Amino acid sequence: MSVDAATVKRIGRLARIRIEEGEVAGYQDELNAILGFVEQLSEVDVTGVDAMTSVTPMQLRRRDDVVSDGGYAEKIVGNAPLTEDNFFMVPKVVE
Amino acid sequence: MSFLLTDLTKLSLADARKGLTEKSFTALELTDAYLGAIEAANPSLNAYVAVTADQARDMARASDAKLAQGQGGPLEGVPLGIKDLFATKGVHTQAASHILDGFKPEYESSVTANLWRDGAVMLGKLNMDEFAMGSSNETSYYGPVVSPFRAEGSNANLVPGGSSGGSAAAVSAWLCAGATATDTGGSIRQPAAFTGTVGIKPTYGRCSRWGTVAFASSLDQAGPIARTVEDAAIMMTSMSGFDPKDSTSVDLPVPDFAAAVERGVKGLTIGVPKEYRMDGMPAEIERLWTEGLEWLKAEGATVKGISLPHTKYALPAYYIVAPAEASSNLARYDGVKYGLRVSGKDITDMYELTRAAGFGREVKRRIMIGTYVLSAGYFDAYYVKAQKVRTLIKKDFEDAFNSGVDAILTPATPSAAFGIGDEALAADPVAMYLNDVFTVTVNMAGLPGIAVPAGKDAAGLPLGLQLIGKPFDEETLFAAARVIEKSAGGDFAPKRWW
Repeated sequence: MSVDAATVKRIGRLARIRIEEGEVAGYQDELNAILGFVEQLSEVDVTGVDAMTSVTPMQLRRRDDVVSDGGYAEKIVGNAPLTEDNFFMVPKVVE
Repeated sequence: MSFLLTDLTKLSLADARKGLTEKSFTALELTDAYLGAIEAANPSLNAYVAVTADQARDMARASDAKLAQGQGGPLEGVPLGIKDLFATKGVHTQAASHILDGFKPEYESSVTANLWRDGAVMLGKLNMDEFAMGSSNETSYYGPVVSPFRAEGSNANLVPGGSSGGSAAAVSAWLCAGATATDTGGSIRQPAAFTGTVGIKPTYGRCSRWGTVAFASSLDQAGPIARTVEDAAIMMTSMSGFDPKDSTSVDLPVPDFAAAVERGVKGLTIGVPKEYRMDGMPAEIERLWTEGLEWLKAEGATVKGISLPHTKYALPAYYIVAPAEASSNLARYDGVKYGLRVSGKDITDMYELTRAAGFGREVKRRIMIGTYVLSAGYFDAYYVKAQKVRTLIKKDFEDAFNSGVDAILTPATPSAAFGIGDEALAADPVAMYLNDVFTVTVNMAGLPGIAVPAGKDAAGLPLGLQLIGKPFDEETLFAAARVIEKSAGGDFAPKRWW
């Protein structure tokens, strides 16, 4: 499988990374080189093989569904580029 | 013991600890010696991206107060460098990326918290490939780290390896007694091999991932880089341990790894996988590998040929799994919560411009690949397929261990360090990825792996061997690595030019 210019732009949009017109060809070449490299996996017969979900033989631990931490909104927003009254500020999203 | 103050940086971590306990020198003297060395070397090597001198001296004074009373933890007063991937409270933490511009976390990573609990002193934050994506430390927003090693008769700058290039260079050049590092596909072991240092990636789950900037969560593990096997073992005992804040952290007791270092290899069976003997392997790597096996045999180990048939598929499977997880993990950098923001005409515009400006090319390329393989219609063909191959890779190792093998010996890297700005590597993304061909299988299977200096190439550059162990049997790796370290007997210190 290989990607065309339109696909590069679509992936950029999905990944929320602006791809300028002049960058499309470069990304297309690089992505196709990597996809070409991973193509060799098609040689492997995986019939009846389970996809790995945990590399160690353990269940993910669960904790009780209770509040265990928090109460410091000012720390949460402390590194944000723009805040007001402990809220993150973003451009208007609802008209 | 008596030491000239100028020599303090040359001590092993174990000897520094001894000198501190015996009050041959103070933690403040040791810390000042390292801070002086950093100031002199960093303009040339670029190993540190932030030096926390005031904090280091405060921590050293606190250690001296404890040591004076005969108290203190196992690392009391020992100055360490911390990879920029670990969150350090109130201190520069940017994963060497522009997108985390100005980020100073409100919390401490579990691994570094463990080190401070045990008395260690933080010298500063170490350079790395951006978000740990790279094998040469050239993708850092702060520019490449320069290796303290140069080929004999050459003034050309070499890479220290990556992604933990700052950690490896700082340890090798005596700019810290030891360093934290992380390894997703070889990022501890490859730079350790390039710089004549010892680096271990523990079993997945051994060190908490909490507070470490995530790259590929099912593969990422923290570990130490140090100047000797014993030093690495001492650091790893402190770094390890169960952490309820990481759901994949394993609730197992942490052995005293240093106690296993001199255990020897008598009676152990060392596996030699035929698939690691690659076409076109340089003769000096082949020779190093054979020599390593002879050393282990001489100390009483048995060598056994094994097969790990899916080895060649580990790297392609990795370049699906790791970018897929990265594209998901790095979605959080959006210009809203922390770091860089580039304004746009609406919120989507802001996201796209922020991420275009904040991420470097290699990171963007990997996010793009990851986004593609996870997108509708391709998920099964790429991601699910790769995770099935991963099951087979892990089974290869299980079969080998079940056949009586205690540890596996391989080369650590396909070559010695290469030059900064290598044009052939820059032109082909896949060529750079091949650096991890011997190390990546270990991450895919969640196993422990250690790189130990074992020889030099024709130009006098260090070469490393890798030992791969059973899950949670890092002790055998330390013991076997120590045999190689002793047998190699070489001086893996760089000749100072900086």
